Amino acid sequence: MVSRELKITRLNAKTITYIIVVAALCIFHFFAGLACASTDPPPIPSSPDSAIPWWVWPLVLFVVTFLLGIVAVLGGVGGGVLFVPIIGGFFPFHIDFVRGAGLLVALAGALAAGPGLLKKGMADLRLALPVAVIASSCAIVGAMVGLALPAKVVNIALGGTILGIVAIMLMAKKSEYPEVRQADALSTALRINGIYHEASTGHDINWQIHRTPQGLALFIIIGVMAGMFGLGAGWANVPVLNLLMGAPLKVSVATSKFLLSITDTSAAWIYVNNGAVLPMMVVPSIIGIMLGSIVGVKILAKTKPAAVRYIVIAMLLFAGGRALLKGLEIWK
Amino acid sequence: MGKLKATEEQLAYAKLLDFGMKLGLLVLIITFIVYLSGILSPYIPVNDLPRYWGMSVHKYLEATGIHPGWTWLGMLGKGDFLNFVGIAFLAGVTILCYLRILPILFRKKDTVYGILAIVEVLVLVLAASGILKAGGH
Repeated sequence: MVSRELKITRLNAKTITYIIVVAALCIFHFFAGLACASTDPPPIPSSPDSAIPWWVWPLVLFVVTFLLGIVAVLGGVGGGVLFVPIIGGFFPFHIDFVRGAGLLVALAGALAAGPGLLKKGMADLRLALPVAVIASSCAIVGAMVGLALPAKVVNIALGGTILGIVAIMLMAKKSEYPEVRQADALSTALRINGIYHEASTGHDINWQIHRTPQGLALFIIIGVMAGMFGLGAGWANVPVLNLLMGAPLKVSVATSKFLLSITDTSAAWIYVNNGAVLPMMVVPSIIGIMLGSIVGVKILAKTKPAAVRYIVIAMLLFAGGRALLKGLEIWK
Repeated sequence: MGKLKATEEQLAYAKLLDFGMKLGLLVLIITFIVYLSGILSPYIPVNDLPRYWGMSVHKYLEATGIHPGWTWLGMLGKGDFLNFVGIAFLAGVTILCYLRILPILFRKKDTVYGILAIVEVLVLVLAASGILKAGGH
């Protein structure tokens, strides 16, 4: 009886993973086909008598962001890093509005996750605050530069960045409990250390960090890129916090998620105040991705995250390539 | 189960963030329903949106005559601009959370972090102020 139950459970996990993989590939090919068949953006202003009713794209946006929300949770990535290249590459919205929406989507996700992570002590305010000052200031710079650049340049740079993120995701190792023999002077002075309760082992984990100045310096670049491309920056925060500065992986992931709520706030305001936010894009995206995240968390235990992660990497590879080729006007 | 490791300021931040996020999302959903239903007519008719969403933001502002910055406050009678209330609230809740923890930090004589929090508030307020304008392309 027990082995049959186990068999059924394994079958369910395999089946669910298979369904998600096939669904993701079908949807991806559908949009890839749409993108290939689509013409250049209509001349300005376009005819009001378009064959596609206005409501189709926001509805499709809602559905796609719902699926992105699920995939993001299962693949262990942020919604922002998926949103901008995929929506920017395959939807008729200008990259300016896509980035504005992307920042607000990433912000909403971080605001939703932040309270729980802070209360559990997984996200650390003392680690986040100094980093946030640097990252949020630089995100403002990135946002202003990004909005001033022509779309072609943004797409080329975005494509290159996404391909770089794919490389990081493929190559970067993760360290659950990095060995930090000696906390450096800066982190000691700022009292950046802590204890969190590791539920899987039942132990309390003491942690400290090192290479704080180097880490803070990298957050300058991370902040600029987050603002420029409307990405969430979690893909960069976690390796820096975990691999360079030595924070435990769970603390790094949780603090990164919380950090996004601060970094993306500053960049989002630049986009809002410069008119690069369309409610008809932003609201369906936020609601879609949040609902998708809720579903993703519910089915997380029943799927094989590794398989979904490879799907995410493949999607990013395709979307990054698309952005690059779009910018180079090879694939319009 | 181990003892709670989160500090007082961390818990205060989390509590306000939780409340603010939920309120902001609720406002956003309500205002979007108002927008979709047409209860308040939008500044840009929904049928015309496809004309504009493919433009760069610079061309969009020129074509629509919309002024960037906080001018949306004077356009809350329009269904589309009403949504900026929820958007601005979500974008502003972090500033409120920082203000919430300031007295705790200074009461605990955690001066360095108190100053960091003040600096962060100034950065976020600068971003939110509308003073910083990006050039067009």
